[in-house]
Amino acid sequence: MTNSSLLAGPAPNTGPESFADHSRRLGPRPWGSRGLIDTLDRAGLVGRGGASFPVATKWRSVAARGGPAVVIANGAEGEPLSRKDQTLMALRPHLVIDGAMLAAESVGANRVLLYVGEAHSAALNAMARALAERPPAEAGRATLLPAPPSYVAGEETAAVQFVNAGVAAPTAIPPRPFERGVDGRPTLVQNVESLAHVAAIARRGDDWFRSLGREGASGTVLLTVSGSVVKPGVIEVACGSTVDEVLRLAGGVRGTARAVLLGGYFGGWISARQAGTMVLDPKGMRAAGGSLGCGVVSVLDESSDPLDVSARIMQHLATESAAQCGPCFFGLRSLADATRRLAVQQPDPGDLPQLHRWAAMVKGRGACRHPDGAVAFLQSALSVFEPEFAAAAGARGRKVS
Amino acid sequence: MPELELWIDRTKCDGHRLCAELFPERIRLDDWGYPIIAPGSIPAALMPHAQKAVDTCPVLALALRRVELRR
Repeated sequence: MTNSSLLAGPAPNTGPESFADHSRRLGPRPWGSRGLIDTLDRAGLVGRGGASFPVATKWRSVAARGGPAVVIANGAEGEPLSRKDQTLMALRPHLVIDGAMLAAESVGANRVLLYVGEAHSAALNAMARALAERPPAEAGRATLLPAPPSYVAGEETAAVQFVNAGVAAPTAIPPRPFERGVDGRPTLVQNVESLAHVAAIARRGDDWFRSLGREGASGTVLLTVSGSVVKPGVIEVACGSTVDEVLRLAGGVRGTARAVLLGGYFGGWISARQAGTMVLDPKGMRAAGGSLGCGVVSVLDESSDPLDVSARIMQHLATESAAQCGPCFFGLRSLADATRRLAVQQPDPGDLPQLHRWAAMVKGRGACRHPDGAVAFLQSALSVFEPEFAAAAGARGRKVS
Repeated sequence: MPELELWIDRTKCDGHRLCAELFPERIRLDDWGYPIIAPGSIPAALMPHAQKAVDTCPVLALALRRVELRR
C-alpha cells in the first residue's frame, strides 16, 4: 500500500536533501540516451502533471525533430488543491534535476529550464540551492525560472510562451511545443514528478519500477490528500492502491464522506460509495477513459454543502481563464454564475438545464484544455450531486422583472 | 485537391460574427456570440463561401487548413 521511491531517504523534517547525501544514497546519475527512452517505455511511466501521457512517446517526438532541443521541468503547480510537486522539490530537488538532465541528454537538449511556481517558496529555495550544488557542466545548462501563480501557467504552451514572451498564457496548437517551442526549438515540457521517477528508473531499471506497483499497475504516485481527513498531506503510494487505502493512510475520514474529488479542479467528483474501491493508477485510469489528473484526493463530508463547494471551484476556474478565448472566458463565467445562483437557492428560471446546455456548448472550444477541464468538473458535480441540484432548481427563483 | 476544413485560432477570435453571417451553412454562433464550426471538410460547392468568411475575418482568426493537420 504505502510505498516509497521518491520520498524514501531522510525524514521530511530534515529539509531538502543535499547533493552529497543524494549521491551517496542513490549512487551516481547514469547518462541519458535513446536506450533510456526505451527503458521508460518498458517501465510504463506516464506523466504526472495531469494528462497521464506516456513519457517515452513524448520524449521520442522531441528527439525525432533533431536538436538542439529545450527541456522545461514543469513545477508550476497552479492547481490549488495540489501540493505534491512543491513538496517533492522542497525535499528531493536533486531527483528532479537528475531527471531533467537525463531528459536533456536523451532528447538532445542543451538547455534546461526549471519552471517552479513563484508562490511555492520552499520549493523555489530548495531548487535554487540544489542547482548551485551541481557540477558546473550541469549548472551551466540549467536556469531556474519562477512561474506566475496562475492556474494556466503550467499548461505546456503557456510555459513555452512565458519563456518566449513573458506571458504565461496558452497559445493555439498546432504547433505543439515538441514541434516549435522555446525560441522555435523542439521543446519537452515534463512535470517534475515524472522527471523524478525517471531519475529512479534510470538507476534501477524498468523491472524494479513495475514491481513497485500493485494489481498490474507499475510504479508509485504522489498524491495530495485533503478535505475531511484526519491527516491531510502529500503521500506516496503504489499505483494500484484503492481510494479506501489512501484515506486510511491519511488517518481516515473525519465524519461521513459524501464524495471524493479526484484529480483536482480539472478532475471530478465521485460519490463516496463508488470511490472507496476505486483503483488509483494514472496509466490504467487513462486507458479506461478516466484520469487521476495531478493526484489530488479531496474528501467532502456530509456536513459540507456540495453546491457551495462546486460553485466556489467553478468561480475559481472562471477567474483563472486566461481571457484569450471567448467561449472559455464568457462561457465559464456564465456557468460559474448559474452554479452560484443554484448554490444560494436563488436560481433564474431554467438555470439547471442551461448548465447542461452551456457545458456542452463550451467543451472543446478553447486553444487549451482549460474550458474542457472546467466543464468536466461541472458535469461530475451535476451527476454526483443531482438530488441537491434538483432541489435547488425547485427553490423559489429570483423575480425576473 | 486536398480536403480542407475550417480552423479557428480561438486566442485571436473576438466574436465579430461576420463569419457566421457569410457562411451560415457551417458556422453558427454560441450564446456569447462566438462561432461554432460544424466539423468536417468543406465540399467544393461551398468553398467560395468558406473562403469569403476566411478573408473577411477582421482579426485573421479563421483559416482553411488540410484535414490531416487536425490535432
